[in-house]
Amino acid sequence: MKKVMMGNHALSYGAMLSRSQVIAAYPITPQTQVVELLSEMCADGTLDAQFIKVESEHSAMAACIGSSVAGARSFTATSAQGLALMHEMLHWAAGGRHPIVMGNINRSMAPGWSIWTDQNDSLSQRDTGWMQFYCASNQEVVDTVIQAFKVAEKLMIPAMVILDAFALSHTYEVVDVPDQALVDKYLPPFKPAIRLTPDDPRAFGGLTGSEHYMELRYKLQKDMEKAPALIEETGREFEKVFGRHLGLVDAYRCDDAEFVFVTSGTAGYTARAAVDDLRASGVKAGNLRIKVFRPFPFDKVREVLGKVKKAAVVDRNCSYGAGGIFYQEVRSALFGQAGAPLLFGYVAGLGGRDITTDSFKEVAAHALSKGRADEEIVWIGVKK
Amino acid sequence: MREKKARKIVFKSAEEMPLMICSVGSQTHNLTGAWRNIRPEVDRSKCIRCGICWKFCPEPSIDIVDEWPVVDYDYCKGCGICAEECPSKCIVMVEERK
Repeated sequence: MKKVMMGNHALSYGAMLSRSQVIAAYPITPQTQVVELLSEMCADGTLDAQFIKVESEHSAMAACIGSSVAGARSFTATSAQGLALMHEMLHWAAGGRHPIVMGNINRSMAPGWSIWTDQNDSLSQRDTGWMQFYCASNQEVVDTVIQAFKVAEKLMIPAMVILDAFALSHTYEVVDVPDQALVDKYLPPFKPAIRLTPDDPRAFGGLTGSEHYMELRYKLQKDMEKAPALIEETGREFEKVFGRHLGLVDAYRCDDAEFVFVTSGTAGYTARAAVDDLRASGVKAGNLRIKVFRPFPFDKVREVLGKVKKAAVVDRNCSYGAGGIFYQEVRSALFGQAGAPLLFGYVAGLGGRDITTDSFKEVAAHALSKGRADEEIVWIGVKK
Repeated sequence: MREKKARKIVFKSAEEMPLMICSVGSQTHNLTGAWRNIRPEVDRSKCIRCGICWKFCPEPSIDIVDEWPVVDYDYCKGCGICAEECPSKCIVMVEERK
């Protein structure tokens, strides 16, 4: 069934179709309509789930950890400052191996207060042990929530499904809502091997000495390393059932490309338009949209960029004192690789400033004119 | 007193460990009573056996034995909440001599 919906509601539909059993959320700013629609679905019986209103995002994640360890499929959503407040609990969720799925709307961190998009909120949570999926359309949001639960529960690692504020969260698009019966087949009920139950009492997350802690983290990393193949596999399976592929990356016109943009989120779709324009003017351009940031798709990035002469990473984020965060990751993936392209790093679109096809053309003009990459950050669209 | 059935588990390899840390019996060897600077002592002549200390102990290190509160000094950290909450003031915090 096709429906016109905003990105926030695409998250809600993803959580509903996944038959989330517990949703815990703090209902005011920076929260969006994600949990508003879910609370209505819980109230009118569309979704058979417990909706828990809590007093902060920290508590929302804590409640999800509790319900997940009890064996319930758990979902929450947040944004920016709310995600930052969850930070401690994000470590608990990943370290405790609770496969919660959370929607995060990429909003810029305050101050100055902002409800517009950039990626510093979610990228600040890079090292918590959560998987991160950056979406570029409302269709991809619905589909990815369902896939994320499947991957998360298989690996017992939580996952964030991330979308740009406004550019997706409040933008209406046509979404082919997956059929519930098919989703049920694709995503079986959550049945963890160990759970909190009075029938088999256990203490979770207790004191862990040096004789065990390192092995726990070793196992987390080893399971993260299994994620890229599993994401590709479940993405192909998704395509068989629903006709839409969900991969680690989305490579557009990269096969014969000599110059490739590396993007994420909605800027990844804008880049496609820029690629078409550049191709029309004789530049063999392509676009590599990185969808999964954690685990980082090293192999895919090397595979696509290993064949091109120049690549330009456009970051909607900045690690202050270093540079664009995707740029750093791509550079480390390519370092020492034979045939690695000349790589440039750009920062654009912070705080919701538009990244347009003109922005990409400015990036292309800069990169194509340069013989070496000698700047750590090239700023695009700053009023200097 | 509670029966202490748990035992400390030490895994030999990452392979045999569960994904999440649970019930490895760390409390059986981590006797938190050693942290205590002041110890609660119950004066039975004043105790009304209401069970409030048992209810409030955050550890929980007070057991009810034959209706009387008995402090488990292996685990009591000496926080003093029991003494604070006791309505008949029968619990006194006494300095530990080490």
